[in-house]
Amino acid sequence: MVSTMSNPASDIFDAWWGWPPPVLDPAGPYADSVVVLAWALIGMGVVVTGIVVAALYVAIKGPERWRARLGGEKAVWIGGIAFPGVVLTGLLVWGLTLTASLTEPVPEDAMRVRVTGYMWWFGVEYLDEDGDVVMRDANELHVPVGRPVVVELFSEDVIHSFWVPNLSGKEDMIPGRTNELVIQADSPGRYGGVCAEYCGGPHALMGFVAVAHEPADWNAWLAGRRTARPVAADQDVPGEVPAILPAVEQTGGTNLAGRQLFMDSGCAACHRVEGTEANGLVGPDLSHVGSRLTLGAGILPNNRGTMIGWIGNSQAIKPGNRMPSYDMLSAEELEAIAIWLEQQR
Amino acid sequence: MNTLQYRPRLAAAALLCLALTACKEPPGARYVPDPEDTKRGLAAIERTGCAACHEIPGIDWPRGQIGPSLEGFNNAGLIAAALPNTPENLALFVRNAPAAKPGSTMPAMPLTEEESRDVAAYLYGLDDE
Ligand code: HEC
Ligand SMILES: [Cu+2]
Repeated sequence: MVSTMSNPASDIFDAWWGWPPPVLDPAGPYADSVVVLAWALIGMGVVVTGIVVAALYVAIKGPERWRARLGGEKAVWIGGIAFPGVVLTGLLVWGLTLTASLTEPVPEDAMRVRVTGYMWWFGVEYLDEDGDVVMRDANELHVPVGRPVVVELFSEDVIHSFWVPNLSGKEDMIPGRTNELVIQADSPGRYGGVCAEYCGGPHALMGFVAVAHEPADWNAWLAGRRTARPVAADQDVPGEVPAILPAVEQTGGTNLAGRQLFMDSGCAACHRVEGTEANGLVGPDLSHVGSRLTLGAGILPNNRGTMIGWIGNSQAIKPGNRMPSYDMLSAEELEAIAIWLEQQR
Repeated sequence: MNTLQYRPRLAAAALLCLALTACKEPPGARYVPDPEDTKRGLAAIERTGCAACHEIPGIDWPRGQIGPSLEGFNNAGLIAAALPNTPENLALFVRNAPAAKPGSTMPAMPLTEEESRDVAAYLYGLDDE
């Protein structure tokens, strides 16, 4: 599924530097109005700059008669008060109407997820209809196309901001408060995201990736996540998408040497792996890390080599992040852990 | 016109360049990669994240430390202190190190054969920059 999608070197750089610029390349209705507004503002900016430059030219080089008119009282009333008054009021009313759709109550059948900001990564939890967590993940959000998704935004430490430019505007993640943001992707693809509020240290390396699937791929993705409660048969029709994910069961992988090393090296104190004794909450949940697209919060591709590199020396890759470098582990030990983590799918 | 009078000096400079390059290597012995290949090689390196473990000239970030730096790689005698440094060996090594050198601590990487040849071209082309 992923191989057919664009595969940028890094999702976080794609969010900032991708072409066409993701801010101007909406992939869903909640980004659409933001982009329309942006173009209108850019257009008006160009028009007004043009008028000012022309006036300046007249004031400096124009014929005497024009200069007198430009300096007259009438020009001030029209150009200085009436024009900006009318234009700005018009733009304000239009802009507010346009963006009002962004704060409309969301449809009942919307899927719900919770994304929590940490220094410097994103925790992701998929919720059921009662708001209970059915699956935990990190730095990556999978959604079906054409369906609104309510993202509940929290922070565990400082203020962060959640931004997937192709899908919506930014929304702050504030400690002690829940903000809600609705996103929707209308075409399948992989959309890079970032933290858009400076949060200290390696903030610039705090990225995210949203993946939108066609209904059939979405069901396959769900199945790949080792779901315990099978998707009800009547829901498993292409085109029909269950809004709520079934609860997930996890078995823990077969590379027992890697598993033992993971538990013995202290990883379990910071990381949670579903179905094992690892239940740390300081770092990203690793229950599905093997099937994740990125490592280090949207900054590295995920493969055996980068997994070993991250565990062995994450501080060289993302200086200041809150995971210690495990350079005391041998290459063989690092590889064993990496293999076990790859099995957490 | 007035560029004419510089011609003799230009010629001398060109000769000097030739002489200098000739000193460095016997002609023909050095493998000079195609710039198109090296360009694709760099893209493949970025996409697979080799720099998570290696410092690689031309890549500002990341600069991984747990593998050796690949600076001046093209002048190394052996790959991973074991294999003769040829483009074929290098391509095999970057794609499937444990197969190229049993016991290697570098894992196999998700590169196609084609991509691994491009990556090797990039590493060989390094000192031309
Ligand atoms: C002190 C707590 C702590 C310990 C101990 C720790 N980690 Fe981490 N780990 C973190 C934090 C925090 C992050 C997120 C770093 C970031 O992106 O800013 C992380 C990230 C990771 C990631 C990347 C996850 C992703 O999706 O981006 C992996 C893989 C990982 N750790 C594996 C391990 C392994 C294996 C060990 C043991 C050898 C370990 N960690 C020990 C805190 C810890
Ligand atoms: Cu931030």
